[in-house]
Amino acid sequence: MKMKEVSIPSGANLTAIYRELVGNYPKFFKMDTLSKLGFLLTEMLVGDDPGRFTPREDRAVLVFSRNGCLANDLNYAKSMEDFPSPALFVYTLPNIVAGEISIRNKYEGETSAYVLEKYDRPLIDGIVRQAFQDRITRDAIVAWIDCPSDTEWTAMAWIETK
Amino acid sequence: MTKVYCIGEGLVTPLGSTVEAVLDAAREGLSRRLFEKRGTLSGASFFEEIAIEAARKATRGMEMTPRTGLVLSTTKGNVEHIGRADISLAASARNIADAVGITTSPIVVSNACISGIAALLQGMRMIRSGEYDNVVVVGAEVHSDFVHSGFDCLKALSPEPCRPFDKDRQGLNLGEAAAAIVLSAKAGPWEISDGVIRNDANHISGPSRTGEGSYKCLRYVMDGIDKEDIAFVSVHGTATPYNDEMESIALHRAGLSDVPINALKGVFGHTLGAAGILEAIVSMAAFDKGIVLPTKGFHEMGVSYPVNVSAQERPAKGKLFIKLLSGFGGVNGAMVFRKGGAL
Repeated sequence: MKMKEVSIPSGANLTAIYRELVGNYPKFFKMDTLSKLGFLLTEMLVGDDPGRFTPREDRAVLVFSRNGCLANDLNYAKSMEDFPSPALFVYTLPNIVAGEISIRNKYEGETSAYVLEKYDRPLIDGIVRQAFQDRITRDAIVAWIDCPSDTEWTAMAWIETK
Repeated sequence: MTKVYCIGEGLVTPLGSTVEAVLDAAREGLSRRLFEKRGTLSGASFFEEIAIEAARKATRGMEMTPRTGLVLSTTKGNVEHIGRADISLAASARNIADAVGITTSPIVVSNACISGIAALLQGMRMIRSGEYDNVVVVGAEVHSDFVHSGFDCLKALSPEPCRPFDKDRQGLNLGEAAAAIVLSAKAGPWEISDGVIRNDANHISGPSRTGEGSYKCLRYVMDGIDKEDIAFVSVHGTATPYNDEMESIALHRAGLSDVPINALKGVFGHTLGAAGILEAIVSMAAFDKGIVLPTKGFHEMGVSYPVNVSAQERPAKGKLFIKLLSGFGGVNGAMVFRKGGAL
């Protein structure tokens, strides 16, 4: 069963979207662009969920891209010329966005980041189906967030149910 | 459900490039974390070269089919070339697949320090889906200023050889290696019988104070096994103060305080995306010799919950072992390696 699919246009003002949808989660401002996109996409998907923020283990977060966390990797590499920034370094992993979504929503289930050669929907759908082999997982937030720079990206997400 | 077996293994490490040599080095208490020579012969990057070599060793004599998959486990791949080349992990995976003759779309699992278990779990699921005959799971990581400076600025690096679970542990050492396992529904000497990933949902760079995700992983895999059958748990054991403490809590909560555990980071350092696969291969080889490997660097208990650390080599009693990992992003993973298969 498919539910709604959401997206954020390339170059959109993420702070404006945050203020409209959330407004009271200051950790947002520490996140890299990839995490901000994943965070906001999830807000768009589950903002109206009844019983939200109750810890749950049955929802997975699966994030796909081609470029992983490249935009933030470049920012961290730049900081190395001066003083390497721990605040940037912790975002130099493609799965941190899934961690941010988990922390915000108290999703204690599976989280994973996959890097593929291109947006390949049949391949993504197959990996999501395989993730449902987990005995507890019942649905998954699935996102394609390709963010090679802080100003240009492809960002979409949907919920897939077992 | 389809049983999934390990039918091939390959290693490229600073301690040797055969499973036997690496096992002997670990038993003798040797430690080497970085390769001496980093030149490449093939024109591929050093990262890709060691990954390809490990994959070739693991697939020796095996026929690639149109239903052979590739899963690559790495955290940073070619990051040493950032700004000078396309460092996409997907491009590396394609190069590795081409070099070993795999034609399906390669999948990269980049899940921080649990990438190795996550990649094996992905491979296990691909076999169980019935869509793949076999899956080559390759983990690799090379040393870079990028990663070194990052762990340095987080104050996570130990100035001395690391000491997992020791009271004087001061942090981790970074290592580099490549390791590969071929998974198949065809019977082999080891079965991967279960695996799981759980998130702490607590902090992106600090482990949970209650060991939440790690405990949930253990609880999940224990559901299918008898505690008496566990020969040992090969823990993550990075030797950072927080990681080892967290694991002691998770093991305690899971009722595994008296089961032997060991950590291999004192031998290889923390090989990040290679760690899960490298440590699994060495643990399987040790079990095949009937032993639990020692925990190099450990002398005196330094965690607050009781755990049964194997300071010295000892006999392995049981039918299986559990591999445990944790990483940034709040991720934790556990995997069950069961001896026996059909052989």
